[in-house]
Amino acid sequence: MKTIKIKDHNELFQEVEYVDQFARKREFENPWPEEKVEEVAEWTKTEEYKEKNFARKYIKINPAKACQPLGAIFCSSGFEGTMPFVQGAQGCVAYFRSHLNRHFKEPMAAISTSMTEDAAVFGGLNNMLEGLNNAYTLYSPKMLAVCTTCMAEVIGDDLNAFIRQARSKELIPADLPVPFAHTPSFVGSHITGYDNMMKGILSAITEGKKGEPNGKINIIPGFDTYTGNYRELKRLLGMMGVDFTLLADVSDTFDSPNTGEYKLYPGGTPLEEAADSVNALATIALQKYSTVKTMSYIKTEWSQQALVLPPMGVKNTDRFFDEISRITGKPVPQEIEDERGRAVDAMIDSHPYVHGKRFALVGDPDLLLGLISFLLEMGGIPVHIICTNGDKKFAAEAEELLGSSPFGQEATVYTGKDMWHLRSLLFTDPVDLLIGNSYAKFLWRDTGTPLVRIGFPIFDRHHLHRYPVIGYQGVINMVNWIVNTVLDEMDRKTMDTTSFDVIR
Amino acid sequence: MSTAIKETQKIIDEVLEAYPEKTRKARAKHLAPNDPTGECSTCRVKSNVKSRPGVMTVRGCAYAGAKGVVWGPVKDQITISHGPIGCGQYSWWARRNYYNGRTGIDTFGAMHITTDFQERDIVYGGDKGLAAALDELREVFPLARGIGILSECPVGLIGDDIEAVAKKKSEEFGIPIVPVRCEGFRGVSQSLGHHIANDTIRDFVLGTGELAESTPYDVSLIGDYNIGGDAWASRKMLEEMGLRVVAQWTGDASVNELGIAHKSKLNLIHCYRSMNYICRHMEEKYGIPWVEFNFFGPTKIYQSLRKIASYFDDRIKENAEKLIEKYKPKMDAVIEYYRPRLEGKKVMLYVGGLRPRHTIGAYEDLGMEVVASGYEFGHDDDYRRTYPEMKEGAVIMDDATLYELEEFTRRLRPDVVGSGIKEKYSYHKMGVPFRQMHSWDYSGPYHGFDGFPVFARDMDMTVNSPTWSLIRRKR
Repeated sequence: MKTIKIKDHNELFQEVEYVDQFARKREFENPWPEEKVEEVAEWTKTEEYKEKNFARKYIKINPAKACQPLGAIFCSSGFEGTMPFVQGAQGCVAYFRSHLNRHFKEPMAAISTSMTEDAAVFGGLNNMLEGLNNAYTLYSPKMLAVCTTCMAEVIGDDLNAFIRQARSKELIPADLPVPFAHTPSFVGSHITGYDNMMKGILSAITEGKKGEPNGKINIIPGFDTYTGNYRELKRLLGMMGVDFTLLADVSDTFDSPNTGEYKLYPGGTPLEEAADSVNALATIALQKYSTVKTMSYIKTEWSQQALVLPPMGVKNTDRFFDEISRITGKPVPQEIEDERGRAVDAMIDSHPYVHGKRFALVGDPDLLLGLISFLLEMGGIPVHIICTNGDKKFAAEAEELLGSSPFGQEATVYTGKDMWHLRSLLFTDPVDLLIGNSYAKFLWRDTGTPLVRIGFPIFDRHHLHRYPVIGYQGVINMVNWIVNTVLDEMDRKTMDTTSFDVIR
Repeated sequence: MSTAIKETQKIIDEVLEAYPEKTRKARAKHLAPNDPTGECSTCRVKSNVKSRPGVMTVRGCAYAGAKGVVWGPVKDQITISHGPIGCGQYSWWARRNYYNGRTGIDTFGAMHITTDFQERDIVYGGDKGLAAALDELREVFPLARGIGILSECPVGLIGDDIEAVAKKKSEEFGIPIVPVRCEGFRGVSQSLGHHIANDTIRDFVLGTGELAESTPYDVSLIGDYNIGGDAWASRKMLEEMGLRVVAQWTGDASVNELGIAHKSKLNLIHCYRSMNYICRHMEEKYGIPWVEFNFFGPTKIYQSLRKIASYFDDRIKENAEKLIEKYKPKMDAVIEYYRPRLEGKKVMLYVGGLRPRHTIGAYEDLGMEVVASGYEFGHDDDYRRTYPEMKEGAVIMDDATLYELEEFTRRLRPDVVGSGIKEKYSYHKMGVPFRQMHSWDYSGPYHGFDGFPVFARDMDMTVNSPTWSLIRRKR
């Protein structure tokens, strides 16, 4: 039978009977006159509006950050057999899971202790005890990694004491690792939660494990939502013959093969390896601002070399390999050098479409530093840099990086600002391209600035997280996305002109 | 007890075995074999009680019910997520409550607006910051018709007085500013949030508006959140019947529509769970009758149109018949095309609101059978409305856990599962066709004559996708 044509929301509501319906409905809406709406819409594009908008101190509008426990459970889920366990109200966990599901298009398990009003009065001990017992019995984890919602933090639940009680009451086995971290959502953001949980897990599972050096290096990717990055790291370090431990490896958790079976724990860093990380030669973090406390802990408590080496862009990746080579004594193989050559070749070939283009960027601090570095190498001009969860240190570092290049001179770094601020900037000082997450599409719609989706969360495009943005292959992916967005836009703008070229 | 009921009870008992004793006893009360007759006394599930800690409930919280469901879709008010950053971030434009308007100018639905609590707000209180935030919003969004302050957990724990702030600023601005005490720890699920939101509409907005003129055909469409345009598809039919929809709650709603609904002659309620409260109130205070209806699938649509028409004069009754006559050939054609592809397929549902029972008829129109159904946050009245809709021995689940859903799937072997985003991808891994029945998997509308063809198409594409056959299972 021939397929029948079905109209869904994409077409239906453009039809005349719906357009008429919407007009009729206005009678009951007490709408503003259309001229008034138009006038205000135009006013929001002005310098005057920008000033009002930037005077905001107490309200965020379309901010680009999430809360601590999201980062914490993301971190936990990268360890073998580990169930993220969240002490607090249950809606939070429903939200965290949904958020990660929507980005990765993958399942994500996490536990809540479902605290309600009685816990607000009496504390969350009973919820924690029953929760640990149920979660352990039902989902057989090898580790339960505990973090908190703001409810548990405001009422001051004592996680350490609660977990000790659970053990003494034999609700969980005495030897089950139950690391914990306090992750109040009114401090920092999801990257802080990642850091706190990582430190919590590492300090718990390495306790008493200090022994002979194992000759390995530890790699902490940070709050990195590109599963392709993890696979790329494994591939590259494998090619170099470097013995390493990824802390924590979320690649299989958020990109598992379909075998007709749902695995609650599809991968993650083996706990034994993670416990042995205390004996490594060095620890390398690929992000700085999501690993501050963890790296400081490793430096002082493990007495290891602890370096931050973000491999985004050519020069950053060069430094990454140089340092890995220095630490491990292993040379960088020719294949990787060839990949570098191909990445540089791609940049050279595409440079005419990126050189001199002005960019607005919004995202997490470490991602922004990587993007800035890459764009400067390409001859792109970063102009507006919005980092809702960036601090003063980040601003200083970003400004120093921008100051080091003639292409960085037009940039302003805005920390604590949001995408509604960016909207004003895009109107008063337009740019050619915008890089951000899916929510930046509202800026694309309002201002017409073409959007390249790099960051988190990306809900409205599929599979981007499978493509690395680190290493030389990551450079090629970024060149690809950026230059082809420029070319798509060029086609759209020249459709009715003689410049509608077939060869670009 | 019939064989079908006994067999299902056996399955339930097996599934329960994995739980620790205390939790097993608690969960046993929430799982039952269906008895449509109501004779089997043990076939009644317990509902609307606390979830057990640690079992991986699918439920959300009061904030999700108040902000995400009821207040969030009101398009020309600013909805503030008052508290820390996360809640507003995770619920940002996730429910697809479509609306017409200029976002950020005269409407604010697809926005995430939050007071972003910091440690100082916890220590010193957030009221001063809230007052300042309201001032700032007035500056940047002068066309807002109202502001909702939707409290997150800490607000209630630190003892802030958002009511006082709202009252003062409402008088100053001359628009409703509604304090909504929907802290996530209140109640046991989204459900209390719906109730709290209904109460605040009642206390702060309902009855504040006037209709320029009234007709005997004025109705309000209640409990339709316009997901993927559902309310618009429903409104189209009601208007074609000759009714005048004066208020749409709350999909594509304006503050004005919340204010004038008390002027309608009949309240039509789709999602009973989330908005029965306001209908009862309007019945008591204004004497407005209300009627439940179901716009999923032609069988239920025809029944509902006639039921709604029965409240009006012959003109409307005739119009309803004409409407059915007009669309029946189209509906028959959809069934003729899709039914052979879906006939006999088994469906398992685990959703919220009205869908665990309301969509059953639409599946049956396509020849499919719902073998299990359950509610995240249903109450006893929801279940009582569900039992007669399902076959004897079907599984009824209340507040199911990830573990239970997986186990029932293994045992019942449904051909398609309808649930939420948290369940979706584990079903994909299991190789079980799946549709999100909260967001319509970004499709829709599913309501009305325009929605049913989309529903049928989507079920077909899911059940009959060739991709499922590519999965290579380990032997």
